[in-house]
Amino acid sequence: MSDLGANVVILGAGHAGGTAAALLRQYGHAGPISLIGDEPLAPYQRPPLSKAWLKGEADADSLALKPLEFYAEHQIDFRPNIRALKLRRSDKVVELSDGSSLSYDILILATGARAIKLPVPGADLAGLLELRTAADAEALKAAVGPGKRLAVVGGGYIGLEVAASGRALGAEVVVIERESRLLARVACEALSSFFRGVHETHGVIFEMGASVTGFVGENGHVTGVTLADGRTLPCDAAVIGVGATPNDELAAESGLETARGVVVDLEARTSDPSIFAIGDVAHRPMPIYDRMFRMESVPNALEQAKQAASAITGRPAPAGEVPWQWSDQYDLKLQIAGYAFDTDEVLLRGDPASGKFAVFHLKGDQIQSVEAINSPPEFMMGKQLIGNRKPVSKAKLSDLSVSMKEVVA
Amino acid sequence: MAKITYIEHDGTEHVVDVKTGLTVMEGAVKNNVPGIDADCGGACACATCHVYVDEAWKDKTGESSAMEESMLDFAENVEPNSRLSCQIKVSDALDGLIVRLPESQH
Repeated sequence: MSDLGANVVILGAGHAGGTAAALLRQYGHAGPISLIGDEPLAPYQRPPLSKAWLKGEADADSLALKPLEFYAEHQIDFRPNIRALKLRRSDKVVELSDGSSLSYDILILATGARAIKLPVPGADLAGLLELRTAADAEALKAAVGPGKRLAVVGGGYIGLEVAASGRALGAEVVVIERESRLLARVACEALSSFFRGVHETHGVIFEMGASVTGFVGENGHVTGVTLADGRTLPCDAAVIGVGATPNDELAAESGLETARGVVVDLEARTSDPSIFAIGDVAHRPMPIYDRMFRMESVPNALEQAKQAASAITGRPAPAGEVPWQWSDQYDLKLQIAGYAFDTDEVLLRGDPASGKFAVFHLKGDQIQSVEAINSPPEFMMGKQLIGNRKPVSKAKLSDLSVSMKEVVA
Repeated sequence: MAKITYIEHDGTEHVVDVKTGLTVMEGAVKNNVPGIDADCGGACACATCHVYVDEAWKDKTGESSAMEESMLDFAENVEPNSRLSCQIKVSDALDGLIVRLPESQH
């Protein structure tokens, strides 16, 4: 049951919200569409912020998902610098921070996630940065440069990409990680040590198993990071990249079902049939793993934007996808497909020392996930095999002389 | 600036002006031409901006890199004139370029 004339309000103008608005028009939605964002910019790509943008290789225009004129041309009422304060589901109204309120027939929550802050003394000093938005990236760009000392708290993908860009800009970079290895939450041991080696070759210093207990400063600006062992590492700026938390308060306060994100079904619909949730804020089913979870990635935002736009315009739902993501550091391209759920074996294909290899995570003879470094065939074929659940031959998979096209058992 | 014609799989034509320096993928995405998904935004990481370059334009669009070749090798419905449109930079020399889009990018 769809109504192409329905009044659609989208809260959040990031990759998910912006894409949903454009897809709705592409799929023939004729009713009003409002796109409400709390940033000054129209929807843009965030991945380049820690890479090309930080290095000055991309500008605001190239980052934009669509040119600004696009929204007016397609009758999308894009409103920047506004956030939603309250959702009144009983009368289908959202109250906005500019004092106005908007009624909706269909609401899409695309409110994203925000960086987790470290609850330590000195966390409000100037020079402590996070990296979620173009404004964050602008501040970071101003803080790094030749001879500047940059401390990166958190050895995850954002932290490592910032470290790589910081080195490219000539800054001294120290990465402080609480766990004993990098990417501890998201990648396997082999990949962790590979990335550490690459970053050390590029001059990044690592403090592993180190907890940050506070920040010290002068005149209100950070000058050092204090660790649990008592040392203070001097720095001119620090980037905190210790994870994100979903902006699901609006949903929770209005009584929608939440669980580390807003709970949705395969159409991205929440427990209220008039409300969808997409992107970083959604806690969604992933049938190939027979479970529900929340993802923070562009492919996830795009997929769910498609799910919601399809459901709203009465199109069939997109075929189930294999989740994937990527990371660029120095001259390395990391492509990851799937998640290593319920695995019983880790299989290496290729030699990490060659800078080109892949790690497969297996459940029996099925691939659950693959992490591929500079190895597109392993990523592309691995992704297909995760999706179609075809059993593979472990002997062939670990043998580089056998093409990825021939690894099916 | 170059005029580029994108032809959807069902024959629908989209003729748009694309600024020099952008890629053929960006020209489609920014003008809401359907059929080019470009999930990764141009990082050559996803192969969802696959196009068929019109034979007359094959030489002018240049050679594909090893990374692009390798990604294309595993994409669906690949032909000798297949390219990833995020890897084709637009210049005045491409004024009049015609690319055809596959039935699906996934």
